[in-house]
Amino acid sequence: MNTPKLIAARAMIAGAIGLFYINFAWAGIPIQHWTQPQGARVYLVESPAIPMVDVQIDLDAGSRRDPADQPGLANLMATSTSNGVRASHAGPALDENQLSEAWADLGASFGGSASADRMSFALRSLTYPDILDQAVALAARQIGEPAFPEAPWLRDRPKLIASLKEANTRPATLAARALNRAVYGNHPYGYEPTEASLLRTHVQHMRDLHARVLRACAVQVSIVGALNRTQADALVTKLLARLPQAGCVKPPPVPEVQPLAAASDQRIAFASAQAHVLVGQPGFKRNDPDFFALTVGNHILGGGGFTARLTEEVREKRGLTYSVYSFFAPGLHAGAFTVGLQTRPDQAEQALALVREVLSRFVAQGPSDKELQAAKDNLMGGFALRIDSNKKLLDNVANIAWNRLPLDYLDTWTQQIDKLTAADVRAAMARVLQPDRMSTVVLGAPDPVR
Amino acid sequence: MKHPFHLTGALRRACISWSAGACALALISASPLALGQAKPPVSVTAPLAQQFTLKNGMTLIVKPDRRAPTAVHMLWVRVGSMDEVDGSSGVAHVLEHMMFKGTPTVKAGDFSRQVAALGGRENAFTSKDYTGYFQQIPSQRLEDVMRLEADRFANSTWTDEDFRKELEVVKEERRLRTEDKPHARLHEAMDGVTYQADPYRRPIVGWMSDLESLQPEDARDFYRRWYTPTNAAVVVAGDVEVNAVRALAEKYYGSLPARAVPLRKPRTEPEQAGLRRLALKAPAEQAYVALSFKVPGLRPEGLPAQATVPMDAPSEDALALTVLSAVLSGYDGARLPRALTLTEPSVADSAGAYYGLTARGPQLFTLYGVPAAGKTAAEVEAALRAQIALVAKEGVTEAELLRVKNRWVAGEVYKQDSVFNQARLLGVSWINGFALGSDTVLLERLRGVSAVQVQSAAARYFGDDALTVATLIPQPLEMARKPRSPAAGMRH
Repeated sequence: MNTPKLIAARAMIAGAIGLFYINFAWAGIPIQHWTQPQGARVYLVESPAIPMVDVQIDLDAGSRRDPADQPGLANLMATSTSNGVRASHAGPALDENQLSEAWADLGASFGGSASADRMSFALRSLTYPDILDQAVALAARQIGEPAFPEAPWLRDRPKLIASLKEANTRPATLAARALNRAVYGNHPYGYEPTEASLLRTHVQHMRDLHARVLRACAVQVSIVGALNRTQADALVTKLLARLPQAGCVKPPPVPEVQPLAAASDQRIAFASAQAHVLVGQPGFKRNDPDFFALTVGNHILGGGGFTARLTEEVREKRGLTYSVYSFFAPGLHAGAFTVGLQTRPDQAEQALALVREVLSRFVAQGPSDKELQAAKDNLMGGFALRIDSNKKLLDNVANIAWNRLPLDYLDTWTQQIDKLTAADVRAAMARVLQPDRMSTVVLGAPDPVR
Repeated sequence: MKHPFHLTGALRRACISWSAGACALALISASPLALGQAKPPVSVTAPLAQQFTLKNGMTLIVKPDRRAPTAVHMLWVRVGSMDEVDGSSGVAHVLEHMMFKGTPTVKAGDFSRQVAALGGRENAFTSKDYTGYFQQIPSQRLEDVMRLEADRFANSTWTDEDFRKELEVVKEERRLRTEDKPHARLHEAMDGVTYQADPYRRPIVGWMSDLESLQPEDARDFYRRWYTPTNAAVVVAGDVEVNAVRALAEKYYGSLPARAVPLRKPRTEPEQAGLRRLALKAPAEQAYVALSFKVPGLRPEGLPAQATVPMDAPSEDALALTVLSAVLSGYDGARLPRALTLTEPSVADSAGAYYGLTARGPQLFTLYGVPAAGKTAAEVEAALRAQIALVAKEGVTEAELLRVKNRWVAGEVYKQDSVFNQARLLGVSWINGFALGSDTVLLERLRGVSAVQVQSAAARYFGDDALTVATLIPQPLEMARKPRSPAAGMRH
């Protein structure tokens, strides 16, 4: 039996000599990739153990392409495909209820959404042939022949406006919106739907957008499930069959997010039980060559959960908050870097000062060797946890496809982390972050005594 | 919950925002079956879970799933806020936080640092019925986390200073999760009116004044009393070999001294005899109304393993109520959303129903809705009750029945995708006292529920006498826009 002392000693030795590293015999994740004749790019990981499949369709029609006076249009169009399909030679018209019943009857699901960069549609189905065939045929109609009927939109629009107003009563939403405006200025990444913009949006806008962007030649399809390549190719062909196959044109470029010229500081009065403290600025683009160094840097600063510096200083040492975090949101443009926490209003200034101090010190000095090693141990050792379900694998495959990363990206992921030095991390963080030019929002605290 | 970002804390409460289907199915796990329609049977690809009792009475449940070289290790303790007493509400949850503060051999914070060094992720959760701790790790590291978890299960210790600091964190958690969230405050208030004697009347996180006065010794007492091997189960799922896990569990957990579980005194809720109502004013844009009816739940003894053995009447009703909740709001076009939100003019912006089916304590069947612009909470309440009345009068269709059953069966397959959820469902099932494999039995029984049973349950359980109605009355935001000084008692 191990005595407690022996256990501790073993753990220390193992940590010191790096026994915590793991060699995966399992490391290879074979991603099959091909391009269909009409141009659709397909990415497949076969996962035969469970009789189910997840399919994701992505295209360059995210909300960054929304008109300035109609923020949220891409997302509305994608989600509204569930309001019904029109009659065609593939079948009769289905209204929203018939459509949702049809999906429920199949035990399958399909729906669209749009984030800042991508418009996406996701299908989950069992792979028993009769069910999968019906599910794919129905998905093909929903994505290719949506009716965009007027009545459900006119009915749902007041509900959306009401929920927008409800969200605007919540301190967390108000604080996030204030930071968003400060960080993005007029860039589409900062667009937020408003009552006025929803009132300007009509189903014809959705129909026009659908006709313009939904083309088989413009999509990438990521698949993880119990299908082989032949079956997957047939699935994609059928799924995209009701879209125009050709006519893809490269969409115009979207301007970049501009760096902040100066620091800004917003204090917003609000009688909440907690003050919300947010600090941020534009971060970096996903194709930044220092992606891994920045990922590791943020992990150490405030992304690594319980062991991160911000958690240690703000929560563990001082009990100022339940949650403090930092994150980057890299995309096709420089998404925001954000540090956030909530605390009792009278402690907000203390917490803010602490965040600024931790942030400035980290950007100036970078991580210690010990911190870097701990981050590597966690990220490399835990790599398998990023891909241990079909759903997680699908997220990774779609990410590789979207960012045109090498097909062996997952196989080399741990090597990319392993080769980083503390100097790499420090240099990358110092290049991207300027602590003296950040936007600050404190919502809910009394005005500080100045 | 210890850390904020991984999983919703109080799983039972989380059902408020889930579809009824997801809630009702909280008990059912893996092992696929053929669809209700004539479909090819699903091959069982994953080995079934196995359950053992260790030498000291602790339970071990192992579920191999070899798709990836990872494993999840969970420790479940059958103690939650329902085991607390007045004046020290929240102590089960505070103790969960304190379990990260070290042992004689692992200093404060090192548990998390060591799990991180193993490549792991970890967190914990507390509900009314249970407290759980988990680590997700590369499967080769199972022994390391088992050793760490067994150590803190038996040897947790903390200083008074650590306790006081962590209590401030928990108070921030209460402010974040409850005090600034009108719906959370409404449901907290509603629990207090729905139940008088039953401990479900207290919030999991605790009343603020109880937290203010909680002493380090309260948590130490609670720990010594309830954290005994016979009151706990270890669940391991993932890329593991059953016999190897069993040997490790005997070594690290089975060697801990056995101790009796304290007597659990019944605190039986007196029968409700009349409608109860409450209102809560809070800054909000939209009103909200919730109706909770006291109904039977499914008890372990109510679910015989043999399909030929009949169930008792309350258990039959519990299954019928599960089907009813799915028919009412288990999918986008289900009855409540369709009748209340998808018509024009609609009475509600959102509406739904949920029913828990299994728990250690009593069960509620809850209907809720957000009034549409120009509609009142009373109109939504009437519309919700009209939908129940409609089922009571006319029953449900065979197509609806088949639809919700098909969705359940497909859901059984999808559930296998997450090893974490497989382990979670096994743990919850054990907490509620169900035998291994009862998920399969339950699914079979659910498939047997008839339209007549659903109609009958709708007719019998939704009167006024066991009903609590809670209404959120929105207050103008202007009240919130002016700063206020912190309330007394919030200061150090």
